[in-house]
Formats: sequence, structure tokens, C-alpha cells
Amino acid sequence: MTQPIADEVVRKVAELARLALPEDELRALTADLARILERVARLGTVDVEGVPPFSHGALLESVWREDDPRPGLPREAALALAPEARDGYYRVPVVVRRDGEEKP
Amino acid sequence: MNATELSAREIARLVALRELSAVEVARAYLARREAVDARVRAFLHPAPADEVLRAARAVDEKVARGETPGPLAGVPVAVKDNISVEGRPLTCGSRILEGYRAPYSATAVRRLLAAGALVVGGANMDEFAMGSSTENSAYFPTHNPWDLARVPGGSSGGPAAAVAAQEAALALGSDTGGSVRQPAALCGVVGLKPTYGRVSRYGLVAFASSLDQIGPFARDVTDVALALSVIAGHDPMDATSAQVPVGDYVRAAEAGVRGLRIGVPRELVEADGIDGDVRELVAAALETLAERGAHVEECHLPTAATALEAYYVVAPAEASANLARFDGVRYGFRAAAGDLEAMYARTRGEGFGREVRRRIALGTFALSAGYREAYYLRAQRVRQKLLLDFQRAFARYDLLAAPTSPTVAFPLGERVEDPLSMYVNDICTIPASLAGLPAISVPCGFSGGLPVGLQLIGPAFAEETLFRAAGAYQDATSWHRRRPPLGGLAPAGGRRRG
Repeated sequence: MTQPIADEVVRKVAELARLALPEDELRALTADLARILERVARLGTVDVEGVPPFSHGALLESVWREDDPRPGLPREAALALAPEARDGYYRVPVVVRRDGEEKP
Repeated sequence: MNATELSAREIARLVALRELSAVEVARAYLARREAVDARVRAFLHPAPADEVLRAARAVDEKVARGETPGPLAGVPVAVKDNISVEGRPLTCGSRILEGYRAPYSATAVRRLLAAGALVVGGANMDEFAMGSSTENSAYFPTHNPWDLARVPGGSSGGPAAAVAAQEAALALGSDTGGSVRQPAALCGVVGLKPTYGRVSRYGLVAFASSLDQIGPFARDVTDVALALSVIAGHDPMDATSAQVPVGDYVRAAEAGVRGLRIGVPRELVEADGIDGDVRELVAAALETLAERGAHVEECHLPTAATALEAYYVVAPAEASANLARFDGVRYGFRAAAGDLEAMYARTRGEGFGREVRRRIALGTFALSAGYREAYYLRAQRVRQKLLLDFQRAFARYDLLAAPTSPTVAFPLGERVEDPLSMYVNDICTIPASLAGLPAISVPCGFSGGLPVGLQLIGPAFAEETLFRAAGAYQDATSWHRRRPPLGGLAPAGGRRRG
């Protein structure tokens, strides 16, 4: 568990987590994660042979209810919090471009 | 009579008897906030005075009509900025939620309001509850009322400081790895993390869903017991809230500690970095409990020695999933960008602060293909093993005892640049969090003029046992009656963070 964390791995992680970061931030993040993971490697010293991973079931039982419709947050109240909304929908920047269309 | 000197229980009793009006209470607390909050900075969103007074008048009118005003009639409450109060700003101490107003109230808040409490403001916190000093707030740090140049602890530093500085009689915080108990210890107040499932999490912004729990702060044990009795109980809006009857916590706080068996896990008392004074004060507190009739002995909780490491995999992993919802589409801050993907990434890169980005990255890594088994699943196995350690311990003991925090409050700026030195502040509180157990911090003395907390940990849903020991300890001591000087040199201005 003691592999150091490579720049490319942190870059990939930032991409997966949708975090746009400048180069210096990425380098600082790599250094921080390396130190944290070095400490976390102590988990390797615990004998967990035959111990299952913890799951929520250890604390709780699943509960059920009737699937009855209930009133929720009114649409206008939800949309009022959005950075941009139009015609009863959330508005976002371009999702799909036509073939050959330039990225901004 | 100055209402800021009264306990919550006393305020509610006098308001119900019409010996004190809720409006007088509200005025006293608003004046106190006005006088001290420029120094303490406990509130991110202080409730406007007219709103607080209007709520107070409604309580008084209820009393005048002969109705029962509720067990918290006229009691001013501070609410951590990650717990929803309908119509009020809610930012989780983050830029990414700037401008957001809660469209509904958390169940815990609704119950407090129904009991007659007055919400006096949204209190400061480390961004998304990630931190142990409240310095990770994107807005400004909060100052410790015992020494304004020091941190109040975190992540619920605002609620803890508000109660310590008498700007509120009660507060609600949230505790994921120690975020109620540690600031309670550092600010010299009482703080409880209830059993996982004891209090509804509906309306609490999620950080790590298998760990988060809302918990109350007060200046004495009985007030914390009273607050828990109001907010505890099943809620259909939170499927993880338990169908376990709510106990008589106030009565438990007065029932005494005689006959209880208390184990002291060596791994928590001898952990790295525990200050000598803290260790001595905790040992002295345990002697006091023994004099009051408890049986105290050393015990072992072997896996607690690596609980911190397991937590800093599990909690970031859950956070990385929970915080995916902050993407600039439905609420809060949005960065300008030409397409949707770039908008997500820029909004999150700019909207989240450094520690939140660090935890999202750490959690994403621990869950990613190729690393999940080595990190996330191994951490969950260690967590399960810790659960078994606790089960064995509670076969022999009614409660476990340990320090709450390894040190007293540290100077602002001292640890904020070094994530590991901040993480180790949670070394004594994390084990109970991972196991979902209830734990309370009570003031047990002072080191260099700064408060120290004793932590008591109980089996699941044994809050009454916790209150018996905590109440008996408080009854034998007077630490909780000391009030902070609000002195010390505060660094100039509020530091903003990138």
C-alpha cells in the first residue's frame, strides 16, 4: 500500500472529480495526498484476515414504506435557487456540439 | 436578572411561568451578540433582531393564551451553517453555496422551534464540516472565547463559541469525526454526538453519510440532555433514523454514576501527541467519578490505534460522492464556461476551498479502479474490526472514557497549512464515530487557562448512561460554571482563503 502517488494519477483523479485546478495547485495536491497516503498505509499493519468490510447493515436494518405520492418542494421554489433557469427548467451551457463545431 | 446567565432549562421554566418573557430573553441575547460577536465571530448569518423578537413575541403570546409553550420556550439557539432553517442563508461555510437559502427546515430545527426555541443565527464552521479549527471557513475564522488568538476547534467552532461566549443558550452542530465534541472541549462547553440514527439527519447537508449525526451544545449537561430529548426520535424523512424509544435524558443526568463500570482504553489515553496536562486532568476526572461510585479500570481497544487512518479513507470517500451534487446547476455559485463539462470543473475548482478539494481528491482516489481494495475496502475492514473491539469492551463496561482532544486550543494559523497536523486532532473522537456510538465531552479542568474535555463513550442508544456519568461528574465539579474572559489578542481582520 505504500506506492507513492504519481502526478498522472492525481491529474486523473481531479478529472474524475470534475475539479479544474491550476498546475501549482495540482502539484501541491499531489504532495499533500502523498503524505496523507503514507500515514494511511498504517492500515496495512492491521490483521484483517477474515474480517468483512463494514457496511451500513452493521448499524441499521433496511426500512420500507408504501410508495405513495407525497407533495415535494414546489418547482418554482427549487428553480428560484438555480444560477440560471428558463421556462421551468434548469439552464446550462452547451452540452453537445454539432460535428465540426469549435470548442470555445 | 440577566437571561444570558441562565440555563436553557431555567429560561424555559421562567418563560412558562411568565416570570420572564421570551422577548426579554431575546433582547438580552441580542445585546450580548452585539457586544461580543465582533471579537468572537461565531455567526456567519446572525438572524436579524426583528425576526428573533417576532419569534419571541409569538412564544409570549402562546403563554398568555394559556397554552404550553414547550420545553425550550424562549431559549436562544445557534444553528451550524450546514443545518437548514427555512428561509435563512445556508452556506456550509463554502463559497460554492453563496447566496443559497434553505427552502425547508431540518427536522431537528423543526422540533426545536416546536418546543419554543428561538433561532438566533447560522453559526460558522469549517467548509462542509471538513476541519478541526473552523479556519477552513471560506468566510472568516471564529475565535476561541477563552483566548481570542486561538481556534475554537471544529468543524462546529461557531456553535461551540456562541454557547461559550453566551451568545446562545444552546446550539446544534454536526459530528462526523468529532466535530461537536472537539470544539466543545476546546471552548469549555458540553457537546454530545448521539448514536448514529438517534437524531434525524433530514435537512443536514451530507458530508459522510455513514458517520454524520446532529448533536447539541450547551453550558451544562442537563441542558444538553434536554436538547437531545427534544430533537431525538424517528423521522419518516430520514430512513436511517432509528425506531428506538427516546429516553428520559434529563432524569438520567440526575441519576448518579454509582455502580457504573467505566473502562479507560489505553490506546486512547496513550495515543501519540496527548498533552501531559490533558492526560492528568482526565485521570483526575476519572478519580472523581470513582469517588462518586463508578468502577474505573484500564482496558484495551487495539484497533483504535489505526482508527484515524481508516477514517481519513472512509470519510473522504463518502464526501467525494456526496459533494458531487455541487456542480453549478441547481444552486449556489456557477463559474462561467463555454460548455457543460468545463462549467462543472471550473465551478467546483473555484467554488470549493483547498481542504474540501483535498478530501474530494483523496476520496475519489480511494474509490477508483485499482485502488479501491487496497484503500477503501481495507479501511472498512479495519472499521469492522474496531466495531468488534467496542462490542468486546461493552461486554465488560457500561462506558469508556478518554480525552476528547489531545491538546487544548491551539493558536490560529498554527496547523491550518498542514493537513496531517490538523487530522491528528481527531484521534480520540474518531473511534466512536466509526462505530456509530454516542459520546459526550464535558469540561474537566484547565491547562494554562484553556479548557480541557473529558470524553465518555457509550454503547449504541445508551445516551442515558452517558448522561448519568456526565451529570454526576458535573455535580461534583464546577468547571462548567467558569466563564471565558473574551480576552487575548485577536489577529487583525478576517483571513480569506483560496
